[in-house]
Amino acid sequence: MPLAKVSMSVPVVVNAEACIAGKGCTVCVDVCPLDVLAIDEALGAAYMKYDECWYCLPCEADCPTNAITVNIPYLLR
Amino acid sequence: MTHTTTDSTILETDILVIGGGTAGPMAAVKAKQKNPNLRVTVLEKANVKRSGAISMGMDGLNNAVIPGHATPEQYVKEITIANDGIVNQKTVMAYAQRSFDMINLLDEWGVKFEKDETGDYNVKKVHHMGTYVLPMPEGHHMKKILYRQLRRHRVQVVNRYMATRLYTDRDGRIAGASLLNPRTAEVATIKAKAVILCTGAAGRLGLPSSGYLFGTYENPTNAGDGYSMAYHAGAELSGIECYQINPLIKDYNGPACAYVTGPMGGYTANAHGNRFIECDYWSGQMMLEFYRELEGGKGPVFLKLDHLAEETVREIETILHSNERPSRGRFHQRRNTNYREKMVEMHISEIGLCSGHSASGVWIDEKARTTVPGLYAAGDLGSVPHNYMLGAFVYGAIAGEDASDYCAGAGFGEISSEDIRTEQRRILAPLHKSDGISPFQMEYKIRRMVNDYLQPPKVPKKMEIGLERFKEIREDLPLLYAQDPHELMRANELQFILDCAEMAAHASLYRKESRWGLYHYRVDYPETNNDEWFCHVQTIKGAEGDPECFKREVEPYIVELDDEEKDAYRKLRVASTN
Repeated sequence: MPLAKVSMSVPVVVNAEACIAGKGCTVCVDVCPLDVLAIDEALGAAYMKYDECWYCLPCEADCPTNAITVNIPYLLR
Repeated sequence: MTHTTTDSTILETDILVIGGGTAGPMAAVKAKQKNPNLRVTVLEKANVKRSGAISMGMDGLNNAVIPGHATPEQYVKEITIANDGIVNQKTVMAYAQRSFDMINLLDEWGVKFEKDETGDYNVKKVHHMGTYVLPMPEGHHMKKILYRQLRRHRVQVVNRYMATRLYTDRDGRIAGASLLNPRTAEVATIKAKAVILCTGAAGRLGLPSSGYLFGTYENPTNAGDGYSMAYHAGAELSGIECYQINPLIKDYNGPACAYVTGPMGGYTANAHGNRFIECDYWSGQMMLEFYRELEGGKGPVFLKLDHLAEETVREIETILHSNERPSRGRFHQRRNTNYREKMVEMHISEIGLCSGHSASGVWIDEKARTTVPGLYAAGDLGSVPHNYMLGAFVYGAIAGEDASDYCAGAGFGEISSEDIRTEQRRILAPLHKSDGISPFQMEYKIRRMVNDYLQPPKVPKKMEIGLERFKEIREDLPLLYAQDPHELMRANELQFILDCAEMAAHASLYRKESRWGLYHYRVDYPETNNDEWFCHVQTIKGAEGDPECFKREVEPYIVELDDEEKDAYRKLRVASTN
């Protein structure tokens, strides 16, 4: 069964300039209950890898550099 | 294609707590306090720092039994009536008697409750009869406080591992659990003398009307793991037909918060701005009136705050936009909803299973014991109705203490290596393919069918069709394909969801009457029939591997109800809006 690639606009936006994942920070990845965030090693910043957000905000609240903004997912905005 | 293999390594702990949200940390701490020599492990699918229903805290206690405001006997009556008589009162009493001590313990640990100028708890009235609501305006620190206690009591915490099944020994006694790492797809086995399931509600059963799989009322990490694991371990489940359905803000998954806004003058209204229910406490009866108004000519339903004074609205905003579901403020902002200017549109949630709110859970007694020796359940999963957060703490404590005593007389059960191999092959199967059906698609389909066929009003033929569809999806399981360990987690979770969906249909078909308002509203049997159905409906895994239901008698009451009280929750509609 062949698979399609589908693109989705994701609710969690990371300001790559402010993000300090390149220095080893993984706070947002650690606290996400749904485990949907990951680190882009090349960019040295976190990003939302899976569109499975509860918009619960620990990632935003716990980020030490305020690099994260959680938007309400488009489907329910 | 990722290659991961089965693993015969067996880890060991005395007490395994599965789920580190609310009940879980309390269970672990209390087990350690009872016997510091025990090895106690908390297994958490996410991270205990921010996991579970209260990941961002909670804005209040819904069921505080505080001397001077309520007595345990009054509370037992209230919940008996709210749950249409079908309760094991001993379990409710066990909660009520420890409720006040638990509040004091949390207060000691640093949880900030609202107090009056004399330092007494500032309790508010929301329920129909008694007074039980205690606000926690700074309740967002809850998880930090629990985490500190876990560290202090030297509880072993294992984050980012999910349990997929429980193992029992040849005598049916609990022996351990099968584990999966959702980041690496490593599998493992852990032996335990006792297991305490604290996995929360089955929150990903129905599909939210937005169509967004994760926009659920409950934390969607809670996929019904514990319901499914207890079921496969041979435990009795109870009241599965008594769904959880909540009044929510339309499109947003936060509660409308009668508990917060009610005492400040807010209320649920119809499109004309009129009250139509006497009491905003969440019960099945209240939900039925809500549903009728929503679907009726004066619908939809709104939360009315636009009549309140500026300072009151500001206080409501401060609480609602910083606790429990703090993204609420930005949702309203985009919709241009200002509490001062217009009413907030409301809707009903997708269906779920949850004892904390309704009464659907894994059957437990007043010691939090399930029917499987050595297996406990607490929190939203344990079958003590309307237990909420404080009930989760109390039953976590009860389970931890009893499991601690149980360990003194119990050895480890034997887990057969054949069972381990079979289970590990089952959970890893979706990774060992190069294409197939994605977990997203299969989960979406299950949950869409849940909405189409299982949502109340309940119609038997629809339930039967739903069961046929679920069976077809079950036949598709070998086609499941996971691209990575994360998707493998989802592929395993959707199998929990499928089990819950089948149990929900079977239990709903079995109880041939209507009860609990909307939660179990059977169109073909619209009346409550106490002669035949004043009983619990239990669900168990049958010999054929399908859910089987049977009746369990309601234990004799320890607190008798007065005749006039019995109907209190049936008279919720404001007379002038009939």
